[in-house]
Amino acid sequence: MKKVVTGNHAVSYGVKLARAQVIAAYPITPQTQVVELLSEFCASGKLNAKFIKVESEHSAMAACIAASASGARAFTATSAHGLALMHEMLHWAVGARTPVVMANINRAMGPGWSVWTDQNDSLAQRDVGWIQIYCESNQEVLDTTIQAFKIAERVLLPVMLILDAFVLSHTSEPVDIPDQEQVDEFLPPYNLKTKLDVNNPRAYGGLTNPDHYFELRYKIQKAHTEALAVIKEIDEEYKKHFGRQYGLVEPYRCDDAKVILVTSGTITSTARLVIDEMRDEGRKVGLLKYRVFRPTPREILRDILYRAQKVCVIDRNISFGHGGIFAQEIKSVLYGLPASPPVYSFIIGLGGRDVTPKDIREIIEYTYKEETPAEPVIYRGVRL
Amino acid sequence: MKIPEIFEFIRVDERLPHILCPGCGIGSAMNAMVRAIIESGLKNDDVCVVSGIGCSSRIPGYIDADTFHTLHGRAIPSATGVKLAHPELEVIVIAGDGDLLAIGGNHFIHAARRNLDMTVILINNFNYGMTGGQASPTTPQGKYAKTAPYGWTERNFDACAIAQASGAVFVARSTTYHVTHLRTLIKQAIKKKGFALVEVISQCPTLYGRLNRMGDAVKMLEYFRDNTISISQIKDPKEAEGKIVIGVLHDVEAPEYYETYKEIIRRAQAQKHHV
Repeated sequence: MKKVVTGNHAVSYGVKLARAQVIAAYPITPQTQVVELLSEFCASGKLNAKFIKVESEHSAMAACIAASASGARAFTATSAHGLALMHEMLHWAVGARTPVVMANINRAMGPGWSVWTDQNDSLAQRDVGWIQIYCESNQEVLDTTIQAFKIAERVLLPVMLILDAFVLSHTSEPVDIPDQEQVDEFLPPYNLKTKLDVNNPRAYGGLTNPDHYFELRYKIQKAHTEALAVIKEIDEEYKKHFGRQYGLVEPYRCDDAKVILVTSGTITSTARLVIDEMRDEGRKVGLLKYRVFRPTPREILRDILYRAQKVCVIDRNISFGHGGIFAQEIKSVLYGLPASPPVYSFIIGLGGRDVTPKDIREIIEYTYKEETPAEPVIYRGVRL
Repeated sequence: MKIPEIFEFIRVDERLPHILCPGCGIGSAMNAMVRAIIESGLKNDDVCVVSGIGCSSRIPGYIDADTFHTLHGRAIPSATGVKLAHPELEVIVIAGDGDLLAIGGNHFIHAARRNLDMTVILINNFNYGMTGGQASPTTPQGKYAKTAPYGWTERNFDACAIAQASGAVFVARSTTYHVTHLRTLIKQAIKKKGFALVEVISQCPTLYGRLNRMGDAVKMLEYFRDNTISISQIKDPKEAEGKIVIGVLHDVEAPEYYETYKEIIRRAQAQKHHV
């Protein structure tokens, strides 16, 4: 069934179809309509889940972890400062290997207070061990929500799906919402082998001495490595059921491209347009959409980018004291390859400032033209 | 033309018009606060107004004094820092029920327990207004909110009872209908040495009022007028049933935190010579 829904509600429909059993959320700033619609589904009986309204995002994640450990499919949503407040619990979800799924709406961090989009909130959680998937359209948001539960439960790692504030979260697009039976076929009920069970008591969260801790961390990393194949497999399976797939990354007109632009989130849609225009003019340019950010799809990134003469990366984020985070990742992936293409790093659109086709065209033109970038990081549109 | 005194505390040129909805009660609470500050003989540089996040927390932005718009729920800890660093300042927290009682609830009880000298103006409009009318810790059971489309299942907090039980030395309640009364209470709270709470029952006609079919702002104010009882008029507790009790609910003396702290420093320094 096709419906016109916002990105927020696309998440809600995905969670409903995935038959989440526990939803815990702090209901307000910086919460979105994701849980508003879910609370309605729960109250009206359309979704048979327990909706717990908690006192902070930190508590929301605590409730989700515990629900997940006791064998319930758990979900929460947040953004910006809500995610920052969860930080301690994000580590917990990974360490406890609970497959919680969360939607994060990418919003800028305060102060200065902002409700507009940039990626610093989620990228600040890069190293906690969550799988991170950046979405481009409301359809992808819904599909990724359903996929996320399956991925999380296969590899026992929590999954964060990420969408741009306002550009997706509050923008309506036509979305194909699958039938419940179809989703049930794709996504079996959550079945945790080692769940909290009063008849078979276990203790969680014990002190771990140096004899064991390292191995636990190694296993988390191993799960991330294995997750790459699992995400790919589930994505292909999703295509069989629903006719859509997204890939770990998505190359667009990259085959003979001399310059490849790397983007994430909704900037990708704008960039696609620019690439088409430039291709029509006979320019050999391509686009790579960076979708699954953690685990890093190293091999596939290398395979695609290695063929280009130059790579430019757009970051709507900043690691202060260093530069754009996606650019940093791409450089690290390409490091060590003989004659790897130079990476031009651009930071743009922080705090929700518009990123226009003109901006993107000029970024590609610059990369095309200049022998080397004038600066290690180029800031576009700063008004001083 | 002589500018009315109240505008000396309001950033008329830079920040107005405000963002509050038509009929919102927060403006009345702000008006009462500013007048109480002026009538207490305080100047712009004597005051620091601190807030968290939410509709009520927008108020410091309109005030011409030192102001601090902090993180969600963290108005009281920020105010604690200001007061300890600058004990000479009159520190006033103005924030909403969601901010002070949910995410900031822990800070609220511990500040009251510690009894640091500050005035907390808690604007209670029974829901999270800024973000669309979700149920808050003060939403009464059975009432409607965006996250309670079939009626709210949880019980609500009584902020004044919590403050009193936690150790606040001054606890009072008024409404946005009783503006003169409210102003007097805030003045008393400012004067009081220690943790003072004034709860302001306020109307949110845009969300809580609409979702609960309470009519427009005027209707809601009339409801406050007709359903309040002053604590001094209560002879039999039965008279207060179903009513909003207003007035000074609790007023006692207890050692103020900074004074106690100074005393400890004095004693420790006196002892040092003997160690």
